[in-house]
Amino acid sequence: MTDALLTGANAQAEVPLKRRLRRAERARQVKALALVLPLLVFLLFTFAGPIAGMLWRAVDDREVRQVLPQTIAALASWDGRDLPDEEAYAALASDILAARAAGTIAIAAKRLNYALNGFRTILTSTARNLKAVPERGTARETLGKVNPAWRERATWTTIKAASGPVTGFYLLAALDLVRNADGSIVAAPPDQAIYRDIFARTFLISLGVTALCLILGFPVAYLLATLPPARSNLLMIFVLLPFWTSLLVRTCAWIVLLQSKGVVNDSLQWLGIIDAPLRLIYNRFGVCVAMTHVLLPFMILPLYSSMKAISPAYMRAAASLGAPPVTAFLRIYLPQTLPGIGAGSLLVFILALGYYITPALVGGAADQMISYFIALYTTETANWGLASALGAVLLLATVLLALVYGKLVQGQQVTGGMKD
Amino acid sequence: MEAGMVTPAPALVRFSGIQKTYDGEHLVVKNLDLDIRKGEFITLLGPSGSGKTTTLMMLAGFEVPTHGEIYLADRPIKNVPPHKRDIGMVFQNYALFPHLTIAENIAFPLSVRKTNKAEAQERVRAALRMIKMEALAHRRPGQLSGGQQQRVALARALVFNPQLVLMDEPLGALDKRLREQMQLEIKQLHETTGITIVYVTHDQSEALTMSDRIAVFNDGIVQQIDRPDALYEHPVNSFVAHFIGENNVLPGTVETVDKGYCRVVLAGGGAVTARAINVSGAGASTSLSVRPERVAIVLDGTSGEGPNRLPAKVQNTIYLGDHALAVLDVAGNGEFMVKLQPGAHDSLSHGESVFITFRPEDCLALDPV
Repeated sequence: MTDALLTGANAQAEVPLKRRLRRAERARQVKALALVLPLLVFLLFTFAGPIAGMLWRAVDDREVRQVLPQTIAALASWDGRDLPDEEAYAALASDILAARAAGTIAIAAKRLNYALNGFRTILTSTARNLKAVPERGTARETLGKVNPAWRERATWTTIKAASGPVTGFYLLAALDLVRNADGSIVAAPPDQAIYRDIFARTFLISLGVTALCLILGFPVAYLLATLPPARSNLLMIFVLLPFWTSLLVRTCAWIVLLQSKGVVNDSLQWLGIIDAPLRLIYNRFGVCVAMTHVLLPFMILPLYSSMKAISPAYMRAAASLGAPPVTAFLRIYLPQTLPGIGAGSLLVFILALGYYITPALVGGAADQMISYFIALYTTETANWGLASALGAVLLLATVLLALVYGKLVQGQQVTGGMKD
Repeated sequence: MEAGMVTPAPALVRFSGIQKTYDGEHLVVKNLDLDIRKGEFITLLGPSGSGKTTTLMMLAGFEVPTHGEIYLADRPIKNVPPHKRDIGMVFQNYALFPHLTIAENIAFPLSVRKTNKAEAQERVRAALRMIKMEALAHRRPGQLSGGQQQRVALARALVFNPQLVLMDEPLGALDKRLREQMQLEIKQLHETTGITIVYVTHDQSEALTMSDRIAVFNDGIVQQIDRPDALYEHPVNSFVAHFIGENNVLPGTVETVDKGYCRVVLAGGGAVTARAINVSGAGASTSLSVRPERVAIVLDGTSGEGPNRLPAKVQNTIYLGDHALAVLDVAGNGEFMVKLQPGAHDSLSHGESVFITFRPEDCLALDPV
């Protein structure tokens, strides 16, 4: 009897307790959310928003649709095997006249010219020479007379391919691929196929810079982690010093140092080591040197933090167990720095992938990385579709790399055996 | 001190005139001469900064003596790097390699010695069996408890059959219960393997429990090397008397010395007879050392035997389960401890005037503190 009463009382007390707990937890969660909310909003507007916009621009294809709406509608049922029917020609004539009146011909001309070189001329000359809406049934003849290009199937397939609202055109172009008149995906003609090479070059330079940073950074990080605090702090200041100087200044300093009448060449000539100045800049060498210098701290800091966590007792233990210094380093120390090596390499590699200003200033024409072309299409030619597509491909490659790294780190989980 | 004992085993390790300084100004180890016998369990005991860990590190090869030579099996090893010394070591924080499994950790000393695979596997298995952790062979150190990690560190230091195993406060990070259990396990391990163990600790009860011999370090000097019971019963100076076990101190001045005994006038009044262990002669100041369990409390000033009878005032009684302590005020020492028989603590009340008596042979006249 007493037992039953007790259980009953407990059960009664339990429900409000659970609810109270939930309420307390909720208040805590709301508080946590409120703390990060400003940052979330900031990131949404400055990071997530622009990236989504960029990704959208890479597939957005509504320009032709807006300028030539009737033509697009008329071509909707066209199978693309023969020339389109009279109705499409009439729609085009009417669209062109309307666009001429509205002054929007150039928008469509620019987009169609990306897909078929010379389309700008076809469209603008047609707009200039087409006097009035052709008589019923004569639109095909009239347009053919104004510009013979309208008698070719390729002209029409180009318009149909650009009818939107979304397209894979830019993304394919970014990978040196095009859709031919039959709609199948083929390799771009050799004179237009440049992006794969540029991507390969970008990855190669980034890889080289990452390797250089690792080779140069590892001993420095080791020194930082093992020196007594007073001296390691001083060294740390030297490592961080570059962060206090503008990137532009640091890059220009390399120009001063490495140019043919620069400090390095002059010194080498003065010492009699070389007769004629070496070419140290405006080539791959200059790019790698300058980028390595700029990115070195991003390698050293993660390495340092991983090495700092390795107790010197491990190396002593390895020695006492009979391992010579090299064996102890390779089998005990190095494996424990792997997370640091991974983090530093990934950081440097990803930063290097997107590098723009340094290669642009100290590289030659053959050393420009993908970001140079993204900038070119964004600011010079206003081909935002292609710029976005290149950006999207770069982003995808970076995300894939980060995921691979995440997998590797997960498999290599290192938990400390030291209880301090 | 060990006169009349069986012939000691030959020395495996010999420290000869070892000095060590880090800053070039003061010596951390001052002129150390120490023999470690084959198969013994020797503990270097002392407070922090006494030089015991430095001594161990010099033996392991992580520190180089500033002066003197260390011999291992009659071979000078001052310039032998640690990995060639064939000395196993157990570290304070275990130092298990976090990226390797338990089995890989134990196999490490074998694999760096290029022991053949089948034999290495068998020895790792045997080591795991010895520490009763076969089931956890494929765990990482981070997944083990402190006691388990300690066992693995032990197995790893023993698996390659080193000539000598060093242990640097290996139980310091464990809680009391586990520490006591591990003390017995290590002692058992020593008895079954017969290996020579040099153990460093600042915990005197740990040293007393485990050691064959204890070297008491203080201020860079070995104060006394002896068996645990001898250290307790026959300390050579006040430091050892204080450091090993509980001890009551009564300062005084030597009045007369006669046949190994002396009459001492206490600074706080009264006079007692004590064994003259470390006194220079009549007129010298001294510190008397009396163990709490060698003192009896009597209620009147006439009963009980012997010349040592001092008035005392009860300050407090402390109940400790298996025994009780009375805290007395004796001749100006307000913290004079006396171990009481079970049940005796009820009869004493705070502020009560009593007398204490002890035999002259239980009272040691040592150097003044």
